[in-house]
Amino acid sequence: MEGFLKAALASWEALPYILGGLWWTAGLILGAMALGLAFGVPLAVAHVYGGRLARRLVSGYVWLFRGVPILVQLYLFYFGIMAYLSELPALSFLPLSSGFFSAVVVLGLTSAAYQSQIFRGAMQSLPAGQLKAARALGLSDGQAIRAIILPQALRLSIPAWSNEYSILLKDSALAFTIGVLEVMARTRSVAAVTHQPLPLSILAGALFFFLTWAGIKTLKRLEAKVRIPGYAHQGTL
Amino acid sequence: MDQPAILRVENIVKTIGGQRILDDVSFAVKKGGLKVLIGPSGAGKSTLLSCINFLSPPDSGVISLDGKPVNGKSKKELLALRQQVGMIFQDFNLFDHLSAMENVRVALIKVKGLDKRAATNRAMEELARVGLADKPSLYPAQLSGGQKQRVSVARALALDPKVLLLDEPTSALDPELIGEVLTVIRDLADEGMTMVMATHQISFSASLADEFLFMEKGRIVERGAPAVLLSRNSGSRTQSFCAKLSELAGDASCEIAS
Amino acid sequence: MEGFLDFAVNRIIPALDAGLWTSVLLIVPASLLGIAIGVIVGTARVYAPRPVGKALDWYVSLFRGTPLVVQLYFWYFALPYVSIGGVNLVLSPMWASIIGFALCSGAYQSEYIRGGLLSIKRGQLRAAQALGMTPLTTITSVVLPQAFRRALPGCGNEIIYLIKYSSLASIITVSDLTGMGRSLAKSTFRNTEVFIVVGLYYLALVTVATFVLRAVEKRLELPGFETKKD
Repeated sequence: MEGFLKAALASWEALPYILGGLWWTAGLILGAMALGLAFGVPLAVAHVYGGRLARRLVSGYVWLFRGVPILVQLYLFYFGIMAYLSELPALSFLPLSSGFFSAVVVLGLTSAAYQSQIFRGAMQSLPAGQLKAARALGLSDGQAIRAIILPQALRLSIPAWSNEYSILLKDSALAFTIGVLEVMARTRSVAAVTHQPLPLSILAGALFFFLTWAGIKTLKRLEAKVRIPGYAHQGTL
Repeated sequence: MDQPAILRVENIVKTIGGQRILDDVSFAVKKGGLKVLIGPSGAGKSTLLSCINFLSPPDSGVISLDGKPVNGKSKKELLALRQQVGMIFQDFNLFDHLSAMENVRVALIKVKGLDKRAATNRAMEELARVGLADKPSLYPAQLSGGQKQRVSVARALALDPKVLLLDEPTSALDPELIGEVLTVIRDLADEGMTMVMATHQISFSASLADEFLFMEKGRIVERGAPAVLLSRNSGSRTQSFCAKLSELAGDASCEIAS
Repeated sequence: MEGFLDFAVNRIIPALDAGLWTSVLLIVPASLLGIAIGVIVGTARVYAPRPVGKALDWYVSLFRGTPLVVQLYFWYFALPYVSIGGVNLVLSPMWASIIGFALCSGAYQSEYIRGGLLSIKRGQLRAAQALGMTPLTTITSVVLPQAFRRALPGCGNEIIYLIKYSSLASIITVSDLTGMGRSLAKSTFRNTEVFIVVGLYYLALVTVATFVLRAVEKRLELPGFETKKD
């Protein structure tokens, strides 16, 4: 016990440094969620309202990104694909050699696969009359989807979204493998210097646990705020 | 006439959440008898039935089967009692993962210890008895409400119960499906099955019951032969309750069928 | 530099086949242990007395609320610093991985088992009682067959997750599929090719597992217990 306390005190000095990693962790999650949303919505629309080919392509995308482990994707993009891409002058404006960039792309593309499934489920759970009524008012299909279907579907997706948030948060801890200085990376490097992995890994666990809890609380609040009267809560998909 | 009662219920009291659901209820059924429990919802009819087989054990009072008082503390006696007292639920409670035949068979194998083949034969017989010989392999999700309730009757009958308890067996059914279940119950009565039934089907049960027990607020407040209680100028609670029910239903069926 | 196909056949595939075996040796015991933990914990969370249930709720939210990589890090790097009676708790990389995966997976599995148990209607139990079934018979003949069918899709999904997350074992020096890929990539500098093939191996594993799980579900499917199409 005494040893543990000493170790904890020794690591205590490193706390500001480790907490500094939260910025990177937050950046990874926000970037990945945004990218996932930007890709996930069109994927879902294509799946629900597109033709056979579109559905095939979306299914293929989902199968691919759901089937390959995040860690392998991180290695593939950071050590492999991004190196190829950086030889293309047209892409020179992108920070292709940054680990953070690779991590956001990997987490975002994977999240897009999952988010597309969430939105698809939400869209398909809307009554068919919604689209019919919009068409009857003279809206084009595109307008109807943008103005009627998506606003409802996105609200319904929030519970599943909080699940997606906690998955992304946990996956973001893998970004240390490609050099992103987020919480896990800093925890490891401090532990390597101080030889105190025990209190440090507990600290890292506690930080992530708190972030999971706080994020889910926030999304619950958001859900209550944008809730449409008359729509029952949907469980996580 | 002086046959001893097969089932005797004496001074049953049951309190749930500080509320007295059953207050000193007593009655007895002879072999082949049919007692019908009538009364408004919340009168305690369902609770009384589930006290009889100790699904909800009474706080005090005595249940005797064949003249022998049941010791509610003994797990063994309880299991034995439940094998001899069949129960039909309002919402059927068929086992959702078993086919119609397996529903009837499961207790024969697991409780009575019959071998599979004998149990299957017996289950098929019971299904035939309720007119479902052609549907043994259908699952509850594939059966209509009326069919489900008939399977549940077959399931109870398969154990050769001495008494059958029926808890509003037709209340959860669509009107057009009630008839098929009532027919099965009538056949059972004609064959001499001893039954205690809670129901709102008053005119139907009047032709079968040997006694009506009218319950209100946990007590039996009126009892007697259907013909007496239902006669137009009896001024009985049963009569006015029945009149109200048939008014709501929009038909003038509150007459004695016979 | 040899072409991709030659490189894949001569170098990548032989290396990965060894890693594949290690991965399977991680995945199979970890998923079985995970299910066992899930069944015990899930059942206890529904039926055990309140304090036990509460404690297990904490176990589940702890293991679901922290990254698996942090957990592995704890089991492998931090645990040796804990000593009980002078004996330090040192786990081999394989054992740290299996235990880490199983405890994490078990937390998730227990959620599905719990959901399956809670989905059983009270009437089913009353009917079993009314027929004179003992509590044990009720559990084996009524509760478990129903709960298992309801929990199966979720449990299957969790196994798929476990297959993918088994790649984290490479972080604590296990030479599984990912670990072998990583060292080969390091020594040959042909990252893209190596990791594409590694990805294909996982895709194959996941696809085969999905197929098998679907087939099991299909076999056990009954009217009224259909799996919702996703």
